[in-house]
Amino acid sequence: MKVSVQKEDFDLSTEVRKISGDPRVGAVASFVGVVREVPMTLEHYAGMTEREIARIVEEARTRWNVMDATVIHRYGELAPTDQIVLVAVASAHRGDAFAACEFIMDYLKTRAPFWKKEHRPEGARWVEARASDDEAAGRWQDRSQKAG
Amino acid sequence: MKLKVLFFAGLREQLGSGGEEIELPAEVTTVAGLRAHLKSRGGAYEKAFADKAAVRIAVNQQMVPPSSGIKPGDEVAFFPPVTGG
Repeated sequence: MKVSVQKEDFDLSTEVRKISGDPRVGAVASFVGVVREVPMTLEHYAGMTEREIARIVEEARTRWNVMDATVIHRYGELAPTDQIVLVAVASAHRGDAFAACEFIMDYLKTRAPFWKKEHRPEGARWVEARASDDEAAGRWQDRSQKAG
Repeated sequence: MKLKVLFFAGLREQLGSGGEEIELPAEVTTVAGLRAHLKSRGGAYEKAFADKAAVRIAVNQQMVPPSSGIKPGDEVAFFPPVTGG
């Protein structure tokens, strides 16, 4: 498992290769978030961010077959088309890889202490949290209750 | 009791402070009590802590509800709802 909070960019294929070396791995699902339209500054709570993401990854491991996972989240100044976040999950089969990847991303958006400040022509403003993100994370709660 | 408070993002800008070491009166024993103590400073603090739902709290880097206890040496962080990813 790898969790990294960094200023530097990352390379998707390098990271995927790193977690697909085990011959039992049959599927790697990955998600890359990209800065859309507006330049931004990403602030985070150093220390807590890494621990919170690690907790989310651990929770995914209790729900699905996760053989390895990598989460990279950038902070600092980012411009449109820059990569912000990578979640990659290696599993034996695609179902677990897809689900765990989406679960980690949904929880990351509502629990990892990052804050985006957009730099628009009319001035800088902090992005407000969206109810739809809470709903996206909440649906995993519903699923586990149904399954349980 | 003495502990460390931290402020992030919009809250940090609103208060003009990233945090401080703070000496608390004996009756402050919970996160909610600490929040009320900060709010009682008035001015920007009064305004920033007026809307309880707008401020999230972590003690020693773990999110907690306002009823959580605090102890000397804790790191208590206040911040707006997160917007990463």
